Amino acid sequence: MSAEMIILAAGPALSVQDFGRTGYLAQGMTRGGAADTLALREGAALLGQGHGQAALEMIGAGGTFEATQDIVIALTGGAMTASIDGAPVVWNASHILPAGAKLKIGGATSGNYSYLHLGGGIDTPVLMGARAAHLNAGLGQPIKTGDRLPILPGNAQTAGRVFAPDNRFDGGVIRIVPSMQTTCFSQATRARFTATTFRRDPRANRMGVRMDQPEDGFFADDVLSIVSEVIVPGDIQITGDGAPFVLMCECQTTGGYPRIGTVIPCDLPRVAQAPAGAEISFEFVTPEDAAKIELRARAEVASLSSRITALVRDPHDIRDLLGYQLVGGAISARADPYEAD
Amino acid sequence: MQHQINTPAWPRIGTVGLSGLLVTFGAALSEPANRAALAFRAAVERQDWPEVSETSTSLVSTFLSVDLAITSAAEMKERLTDLLGTQNWFDAPLPDGRTLWHVPTVYGTDLAPQLEEAAKVAGLDPDEAIRQLSSARVRVLTIGFAPGQPYMGELGKTWDIPRQTGLTPRVPGGALIVAIRQLIIFTAASPTGWRHIGQTAFETFRPAACQPFALSPGDELTFPSVSRDDLLHIQRQDTSGNGGAQAEQIT
Repeated sequence: MSAEMIILAAGPALSVQDFGRTGYLAQGMTRGGAADTLALREGAALLGQGHGQAALEMIGAGGTFEATQDIVIALTGGAMTASIDGAPVVWNASHILPAGAKLKIGGATSGNYSYLHLGGGIDTPVLMGARAAHLNAGLGQPIKTGDRLPILPGNAQTAGRVFAPDNRFDGGVIRIVPSMQTTCFSQATRARFTATTFRRDPRANRMGVRMDQPEDGFFADDVLSIVSEVIVPGDIQITGDGAPFVLMCECQTTGGYPRIGTVIPCDLPRVAQAPAGAEISFEFVTPEDAAKIELRARAEVASLSSRITALVRDPHDIRDLLGYQLVGGAISARADPYEAD
Repeated sequence: MQHQINTPAWPRIGTVGLSGLLVTFGAALSEPANRAALAFRAAVERQDWPEVSETSTSLVSTFLSVDLAITSAAEMKERLTDLLGTQNWFDAPLPDGRTLWHVPTVYGTDLAPQLEEAAKVAGLDPDEAIRQLSSARVRVLTIGFAPGQPYMGELGKTWDIPRQTGLTPRVPGGALIVAIRQLIIFTAASPTGWRHIGQTAFETFRPAACQPFALSPGDELTFPSVSRDDLLHIQRQDTSGNGGAQAEQIT
């Protein structure tokens, strides 16, 4: 019988995610999948498995989990407090989760999207080519307390590994390329847009992230004449009140609001993970430079596994420390060391 | 929109982030521009270019999903320019393999409470509105907003009615709604600024089915009028998702 993960207590927003679905744009469905795809790749690298496996995406807080067999887990994306049977475990690392042990994942301490990877991958049914829940499209369900997630067989040798993630959890400068409607905005408006420091608005979800600006909105010329047009994730649409929305993995396939630019793919996880209130600004790069930046980022992702090291454990962090035979082989303190056996 | 056709401004080729290329056939919706987008998409599909992972259409454009981090946009534009030059796309035949659907529809009643209001805005009495809507044959211009949700048109100029100023908080899945010479069948319950004039039992998105999407861009539909009782009967009898609709191949 294959292993299962039992959800003893579900956090507010859990869903199974992978890289989503391609091939359905013409029928009105975007790719969906994990909001932070880099975190999916990091989990796969920690667990030494392919990129196709589904993981549990957690927003805000995780929950309490238990496996029916010994499994290996990995934790990536925005950090959360985590413990196994009360002993803290570090984020961006892989760990053994013994059968029956309680994995508790608490509130987020950085970022917005966190991932619990199960060695082997989650084995929920494939629907239209993927396991990812596309809740906006009505595909799949949120994961609730009492659910049981089947797990594919994994590799027990990949526990106890760690890596240092990039810093994509505090906003910063986001690189964008011109979009089909960039020139609908005057040069002055575009200059003001790139000179503005935005704050990531609390209004954000898997469809889009709103940017809060200190001053006036950004308006296109002749906005009413713009015909509804194709949307891709990363497009920055300017809504009726002049505020920019960066469209994310579960966005619609078409939309009528003008787009001032498009975030390059490798910077999209940074937008997804910027916490509410974080400062964000946008910088135009040429499509040629954007291609180079994107290729460099992909090369870094491809070499992720070379950045993984063995988890050196601080004795303070070792759970069940008293269970270890730390003094095995030592002789009694009362015995006379000079006395021959 | 005739003045835009055959002018050097259209079609235009642009890039969409690093995600692909867009070939746009006009600044506003027109039958020829939508026809061109559909026909050109079919032509791109026939080229079977390995760089193109998928294609789609919006109201007036053909989109090619291409990874522009590893593919030269200039080279793709050159290929697209060559393909565009092979014919006048604005009067091209529509792609093969399209379907004509006849979707039983209740107009008005409590199932579609804004028929009379929409007729009034259009300057018609309700019977004439039903006569026109139930005999119109419309094309799926594009699919979007929700999976499988068709934007259909164009209706006659009488139906160039604006959206409501407010939102209707909720219309059910299968609702037939109208504005700006277009009809939509809603995929799922949703708020809308368009007016709810008819109700169908037609499911545009069937996630568990082997064919999850009922409609493709370029398909055509009519909405013959049935009684409220007939639709309730269909809802009980037809579990296919078709809502009693009949399909025929367009040849």
